[in-house]
Order: sequence, then C-alpha cells, then structure tokens
Amino acid sequence: MAHHDFTMPVTEAQVRTLAVDDTVTLNGALFGIRDATQIALFDRGRATRFDLEGHAVIHTAPNVRKVAPSPAHPAGYAPVCVGTTTSARMERFTRPLMAQCGVRIVIGKGGLGADSAAAFRELGGVYLAIVGGAAALETTWIEAIEDVDLDDLNPESLWRFRVRNFGPLRVAMDSRGGSLYAAVDAAAKANRAAALAALGVGSGSPPRS
Amino acid sequence: MRIAPERIEDAAKELYVRALKDLPPDIKRGLATLAARETGATAKAVLGTMIENIAVAERTGNLLCQDTGIPIYNVTIGRDAEVDGVALKAAIRRGCERATREYPLRSSIVHPLTRRNEHTSCGIGVPVIHIDFSDGFAGLRIEMIPKGSGSENNSWLRMAVPAEGIDAILTFVVDCVLGAGGKTCPPTIVGVGVGGTADLCVHLAKVAATRPLGSHCADPDGAGLESRLSAAVNLLGVGPQGLGGDATAFAVHVELAATHITMNPVAVNMQCHSARRSSALFTADGVEYGY
Repeated sequence: MAHHDFTMPVTEAQVRTLAVDDTVTLNGALFGIRDATQIALFDRGRATRFDLEGHAVIHTAPNVRKVAPSPAHPAGYAPVCVGTTTSARMERFTRPLMAQCGVRIVIGKGGLGADSAAAFRELGGVYLAIVGGAAALETTWIEAIEDVDLDDLNPESLWRFRVRNFGPLRVAMDSRGGSLYAAVDAAAKANRAAALAALGVGSGSPPRS
Repeated sequence: MRIAPERIEDAAKELYVRALKDLPPDIKRGLATLAARETGATAKAVLGTMIENIAVAERTGNLLCQDTGIPIYNVTIGRDAEVDGVALKAAIRRGCERATREYPLRSSIVHPLTRRNEHTSCGIGVPVIHIDFSDGFAGLRIEMIPKGSGSENNSWLRMAVPAEGIDAILTFVVDCVLGAGGKTCPPTIVGVGVGGTADLCVHLAKVAATRPLGSHCADPDGAGLESRLSAAVNLLGVGPQGLGGDATAFAVHVELAATHITMNPVAVNMQCHSARRSSALFTADGVEYGY
C-alpha cells in the first residue's frame, strides 16, 4: 500500500505502477465530466477543445457561481460546492474516454464494472475512489475553475479544475484487473445466505419464488 | 391562524438551503455510532472522512454534498391553520426557485425527455409537494427533503403474491441492498414499503427512508421487521461506499399499509449517508426551524 503524488498529466507507465489499496494525491489539472457530457462526446459526435491525454477525469457536476472573469476565476465561474456522483451510470464511457481521449485516471464513487476493468487493464488506467457525499471537504481541494467547454450542458459541462493536494484517494480498480468493488460484491453475495438465515427465510413461512 | 403565502415562500427557500447544509443530529449520532463500532480499517477511514466533511461544511458554511437532489416538500396542516391551498403550492415553488437562483444552487432538475434544465430546480411536477393533515399539533409544518439521486436511482417495487409470504419481503430487501452495493453512498437508511397499491407501496418506502433515525414503525409487526432486517443487511459486508465493512446501513425502516387479499407488494427506497432534511413549524408565535 504505497502512496503516490501525481502532478497531472501522467504517463501510462506511472499509472501501471498503481495497485489496489494504494493511495494517490493529485495536483494540477482535473477535468469534470458527467452523463450529458459523455453522451455529447461519444453518442452525438461533439468535440472538445481540451486535450485530455494522460489526464484524470472526475464524475461530477458542480455548484458554481457566475462571476466576472479574473485571474482567480478565469472561466467566469467560482466553485461553490464540488462533489462526486455515482460512476456506475457512466460505465459504457470508460473505454472511449481512454481510447479516444487518452484519459488515464477516472475518479468517482461506487465503482465501475467489468467493461471498465478490462479497459483499465488493456489500455492502462485506474479508478480512484473518492468518498461520495463529502463535497464540502472536496471543495477545499479545488483551487479554481480554470476553463469550461460544452457549457450549454451546464451544470454537466466539461470543466477544467485546478486542484491542490486533491486526496488522498484510494486506488479501487487498477490496471492489473484488481477491483475492490468486485471483491466486495463477491463477498457480499457469499454472505447472502447467512443474512437470509438470520431472518429465518425458508424456515416455515410460505414458500418463496 | 392564517398563514400568508409570502411566509410560506420565504420558508420554502430557507428550508432548501438549510437542509443542504445542516445534517440532522440523529444522522450525526448515527455516523458516530457506526464509526465507533466499525471493525474494517478502510471502512473506518471512510466513515471518518464523512464525519470530517460535516465539520468542514459547518466551518466553511458550505453544502454537505454537491447533489442538490430532487426537492420534496411535505406539508402537514395541523389544527387551527388556514391556508389557501393553491397559493401555498405556488409559494413553495417560488421559494424553491429563489433558493436555486439566489444562493446559487445547482439545478439538478431536467425535463425527462428533452433533458432541458431550466436552472430553477423546478419542472413538471417538481418540486414534489405532498399535503396531509394532522390533529396532533396546532399550526402548519413543512418538511423539506433534497433527495439525492445516487440513492434514488436504487429504488425497486415487487408485486409479490400472498403465497410467497413474508419471506418474499425479507428476501427482496436483502437482494436490493446487495444489488445497490456502493452506488447508494452507504451507509444508508433502507426504506421499505409493505402493502397498499403499487404507488402507495413505493411512497411508503420513501417515507420510511426519510424518517429520523431512532424512529420506529407505528405497527408492532412492522417494527419487528425493522429490527430483524437492520441486523441482517449489516451481515452482507457491503460497507461504507461499497468498499467493504460492517456499516452497510444505519437502519432498515418499514412503513405499512393494508393491502388487497391477492397482493403482497414490497418496495425499497434508500437514503444516502448524507440523510438531509429540514423542517419549519408555523404557529401563532411565528416560525421555528428544525429538522
């Protein structure tokens, strides 16, 4: 269980050193994406002017305040509350994010599935787990909203944040096929019988389907 | 006692922001209890981060979670309260919209087909407004719940049949918690509706999921199910954020309604660890805010 400090962007080799249960802290650029952002990019053929090669994306749609553009708020947005949404809805976008855009790190909550695990293994990527619902804390790691693209999708725009000491985040899926979520799911399924036995299911009540 | 729509509007605005910032004391105690009891190292760290986040939100005056949710207002009209019902609903909608524009909050509400966001947190049928009556108190109470989507996306209804018995209910709840994994932002309050019609059953599950921790089903048989299910789902090991551990749910809450002789419906709705709610009580003395 090693700790890694990354200044973004990173190389495939850097990402491939990460193993499940390692921790990572990010500095520099971090891109915010969400359902509508990825539907626009991968289903509707829209393009972004941002270069995501080697970068990290986070599943988010922030609360922001519109302000006059300034050095502190170059995109004309001040962050109000930036947190993380459930990743599983966006499972099918992991591979195109990596293959077409060069993304190396996906940050989210709740985990991704088998297709994403395969993409991480084949293309060299990782999933970092952040604690969902801990947005007040997460916001303190955001220095600025540096830029925004596809802003007609607001709040599901493509955001470029500048972050400082963003983390530590846990490596929950690595590029070697490791997944904490798959391991926990298998263990929970194995515990199902004990949970039903504790409830007395099947011990005299009418039969179940 | 007549309550003017302007006062309702101000309260509807205030309640939305309060709910997003100020976690009820029963939920804070619930997190502390789970953290003290947790045996998993990762799970203990995750629960610690959740507790730290509450302190950061209070210190910085920020929202607890970025998900402003689907706004729900539960209005209970008590004794001696007079309101213009149509004006009350319009006032709640205006207050919800003002909270969104003036704070500003992220509007999380879109048209279900065009996906257009009006940036008001309002739309067709949203905010959700429920109106009920009670002779248990004098005045008018409004409860506000910003229902997060991570937990709401894990909602289920099963129209079981009488021959499947209570076992069908118990098995369904366990399988829903299993299927939700970390997607609901556990530890959760697992809300279970039993009985009624299909729509009432789902509504009861939401009522159960948003009830304060430590409250119990008014029906003794329902309360019995709560304690058995609470223990059972925490044997699964899903843990905080689905990363493994003891603390999968704060509790399982059950709400019941009578049902048809041919029916045995069960619904599950979950509330995430940021189990936010706020309330305002209008009395002859003024308005008092709480949880």
